[in-house]
Amino acid sequence: MQGLNMQAGHKSLGKVVFETEVEIKNEEGLHMRPAMQFVDIASRFKSDVTVSNDKTEVDGKSIMQMSLLTAGYGTKLKIKAEGSDAEKAIIALRELVEEKMFDEPAPEDESEKNLSRED
Amino acid sequence: MKYADFVCFEATIPELQASDRDGAITELVSSIDKAGKLGRGKWKEIARAVIKREKEASTGMGKGVAVPHIKHKAVKDVVAVVGRSSTGIDFSALDKQPVYSVILLISPVNDPDRHLQAMESIFRHLQQEKFRKFLRQCRSSAQIEDLLREADENSSL
Repeated sequence: MQGLNMQAGHKSLGKVVFETEVEIKNEEGLHMRPAMQFVDIASRFKSDVTVSNDKTEVDGKSIMQMSLLTAGYGTKLKIKAEGSDAEKAIIALRELVEEKMFDEPAPEDESEKNLSRED
Repeated sequence: MKYADFVCFEATIPELQASDRDGAITELVSSIDKAGKLGRGKWKEIARAVIKREKEASTGMGKGVAVPHIKHKAVKDVVAVVGRSSTGIDFSALDKQPVYSVILLISPVNDPDRHLQAMESIFRHLQQEKFRKFLRQCRSSAQIEDLLREADENSSL
């Protein structure tokens, strides 16, 4: 398994910052149901969570703001957590996006490609 | 995307008759159908699908707004309709408060990015308190159309 690709951040005024880059891998992208799952998990942590694409940065605990990311399949997002449990937050959110893929399927042709690669 | 690109202004309902969620959804889908935007004979099926989706998880995001939506093959491109209620409707919203403004979106099945873009356009303004307040104060379809067209030109609204 690939490393977490997670940057341990600095401590400033007792705040810990962690960030990571994730890629949206489910076919339908970050639509409302996945965005709600993301907000649910982010909200379990004390840390502030922000999510950004190349244009905009939003509050990872706000469902309305998460809808502004227009993150379709293949989009790369940066997740940043700031606070005492920042590391745990980043691990959980990265797992949701990249491993669990919000409990949604990958694009069909993509999995076919993977199969043919194994042939 | 701008509101004018996908909101069907002819179908706007400035005062919803229904006082419940399912009734409001049915009114709005029927109104888009009357404006000729849906495949023939499909509107009841679509209304049922939107209600089913809403039961799975409320699209009442809080602050008096709800954005019920569905992907359906009866549309070739995204289409939305705006409805307003003075009395407020129980959408089982996240903040448990009544919903006064509803934007219902129907998206095609094979274009997830187009759906995400329409949602972004909807929330870009809906997340702003000033816009929500103005929308809630609208009393006619013409006022709602004017507000949305103004928002298209003015990103701070």
